Amino acid sequence: MSAVVDTPLHSPNYLRHWPLAAVLLIAFIGMPAFAPVYVLEAILLPFLALALAGVGLNLLTGYGGQVSLGSAAFMAVGAFAAYNIQLRLALPLPITLLLSALTAAAVGLVFGLPSLRLRGFYLAVSTLAAQFFVQWALTKFGWFSNYSPSGVISAPSLSWLGYSFDSTTARYLLALSLVTLITLGVWAFTHGPLGNDLIAIRDNETAAQIIGVPVLKTKLVAFAVSSAIIGVAGFLWAFTYLRTVEPAGFDLDRSFDVLFIIIIGGLATLRGAFLGAGLIVVFPLLLSRLSALVFGGMIDSGVLELVQRIILGVLIIAFLIAEPNGLAAILDRVKRKSARNI
Amino acid sequence: MSFLKRITITALAVATLAAGGAARADEQYFPLQSYRVGPYAAGGTGFFGGFIDYMTLINTRDGGVNGVKLVWDECETEYAVEKGVECYQRQKSHADTAAWNPLSVGIAYAMIDGVTADKVPLITVNHGRTDTTDGRVFPYVFPLLLNPYSETSGIVNYIASKEGGLESLKGKKIVVLYHGSPYGKETIPIYDLLAEKYGFTVVQIEVPHPGNEQGAQWLQIRREAPDYVVLRGWGVMNPVALTTAQRNGFPVDHIIGNVWSNSEEDALPAGDAAIGYTAITTQASGNQYPVLQEIIKTVYDAGQGNLSDKSRIGSVYHNLGIVNGILNVEAIRIAQAKFGNRTLTGDEVRWGFEHLQLSPERVKELGAENLFHSINVTYDNHEGEGYVTFQQWDGKKWNVVSDWIAPDWALLRPIITKSSEAYAAEKGLPIRTSEDADKVTQ
Repeated sequence: MSAVVDTPLHSPNYLRHWPLAAVLLIAFIGMPAFAPVYVLEAILLPFLALALAGVGLNLLTGYGGQVSLGSAAFMAVGAFAAYNIQLRLALPLPITLLLSALTAAAVGLVFGLPSLRLRGFYLAVSTLAAQFFVQWALTKFGWFSNYSPSGVISAPSLSWLGYSFDSTTARYLLALSLVTLITLGVWAFTHGPLGNDLIAIRDNETAAQIIGVPVLKTKLVAFAVSSAIIGVAGFLWAFTYLRTVEPAGFDLDRSFDVLFIIIIGGLATLRGAFLGAGLIVVFPLLLSRLSALVFGGMIDSGVLELVQRIILGVLIIAFLIAEPNGLAAILDRVKRKSARNI
Repeated sequence: MSFLKRITITALAVATLAAGGAARADEQYFPLQSYRVGPYAAGGTGFFGGFIDYMTLINTRDGGVNGVKLVWDECETEYAVEKGVECYQRQKSHADTAAWNPLSVGIAYAMIDGVTADKVPLITVNHGRTDTTDGRVFPYVFPLLLNPYSETSGIVNYIASKEGGLESLKGKKIVVLYHGSPYGKETIPIYDLLAEKYGFTVVQIEVPHPGNEQGAQWLQIRREAPDYVVLRGWGVMNPVALTTAQRNGFPVDHIIGNVWSNSEEDALPAGDAAIGYTAITTQASGNQYPVLQEIIKTVYDAGQGNLSDKSRIGSVYHNLGIVNGILNVEAIRIAQAKFGNRTLTGDEVRWGFEHLQLSPERVKELGAENLFHSINVTYDNHEGEGYVTFQQWDGKKWNVVSDWIAPDWALLRPIITKSSEAYAAEKGLPIRTSEDADKVTQ
């Protein structure tokens, strides 16, 4: 009896997801087939890597309420772990990925320990320690970069089961598949019991403790899972996008980038990370292409660059004033409005 | 509705990005990954300014290289690797590319695989990855004039000459203060090796990027009490090092700057603390050379100069840009002599660079006598045996204080080939022969 009632209630829910299905269709089939190499290499690959880092940080900060300024450090751990595992153990690609994610999770766990005692700004400052320590260790100990004289390593070629991921399209599809899978996993996680615990802790830690939420365990799991995801993002950044790794590429600026992505995109939403990454990665490029097209040659390129930064900054402030909950909330509003119009 | 709109916006964006300029038949294009903002803007504006000024001179005075016009556009990198990579992807769609000149080791590293697949030369004048000197393994990468190892050897030889010969280095102590970047670290093993060979002690201290606070490092230097400090700096790190040295009482005439610590922008901000500071260079500063006089007459007097501050004409970075322009243009000219006076492919320009032999007489014809010495690039030596000289700062300008000195190439070559052959083995690359080098993709 109930099944008969349930079916008509649930079926519109699948229809609700058609924009997502369309986006995935375009991303998996349309882009590799039609997009020029530039779009894949210079826009979509960094977009995917930073969006995944945003998804990872959003789990910790958006859902869990634990502010972290160490994202770039966990990206670096993921990238350097993957490099060393591939160099020294020569394992199949999926195992390399898994192990490097676990390494990042372990490091994240260690730097997550202060979260048991510290909150808010104090925790943010303590995660800075991760940022500086990891960068220092990777620079200080030549072993991590296989004693490369300049500390820069070029990414070894990626292959699995005889299939090489060195072409642009293959690297893009690899990154896209990983991002899709992990995002689905995070969706399941946040809608599961652990996700509910996490949100309970964010909203009121004391209340959560009283109703029996295991605060310590949940916080540490959040740190570990978030760091593992950010570690995979670091792998994507280094191996599929730049094809070279240097510790300086994972500096504090990159941590701020990831934090801005989730703040601008919208905390505690999965879409937010992608929208925010779009704004941080794609928008400056569009702006610079557009201004080069309009003003090219007329204005000193240094001045042009500074003007773009001012415009980007003003736009970010404008976005946040218009909607403090980020781009995801703006998108929701637009959707609701257009639904009413229909 | 919103979805359709999104698609339209995306399509528009893609169309904007895809619209590259179609090049005309008789042009040779230089993609310039320049940096005019950020902590290294002084180097970027001077170098790219000089490069552009020289290309403008060739276009207006000669009508291009044998009738082939030089064209270029700039893409701002701020010296950041990911921005440089984006610029590479953006600019590589342009037809008729002659060569890349990113002026950043980090960006150059990220481009090596790409340019090798594209078959377009990548020029890293006075810097770069040392083992790319071995053209047998790196066909498309050229650390022209001076690679980091030769620079190191030149500096050690100069210190030895001041002390009375290489034997006198025994028992001396040298501190190397290096920039915490790929560029800065490149010479760590070679200083160790030379220290072992000549019997001096070397202590290498890192200054984290960008280097505007060096109290701790100079405290350590004070404790070490070295005979010389080699400054392997970049950008703001250099004047800060000089002023901090003065505050710590270290004699400035015992600080030797490397090739990226040798400009007016490095010494001038340090004021009195820089008087007596000596630095290595491959190109002398000053605007008395005929080629600079022509640039002033033809380019700047016509209001087409690239530097906004005319007092920087003839400064170290500007002159390096001009020398880099000469090397790029002459490589095209040499390749044209073989392949015809037309737009060349990247691989043909590569052939030109691999035959870039400019004797001191040819350098004089080009109006650059004493600006730089000579170059002798071959298919297996992509550095080309550049000579170095040393300049001392008098508070207002640099004065040459040595002859042209040859680094100890024979000593360095086996270390370079060992490293490049290891790279070839790791990447599964073939070792080129001179026959391979003569096969050119049209």
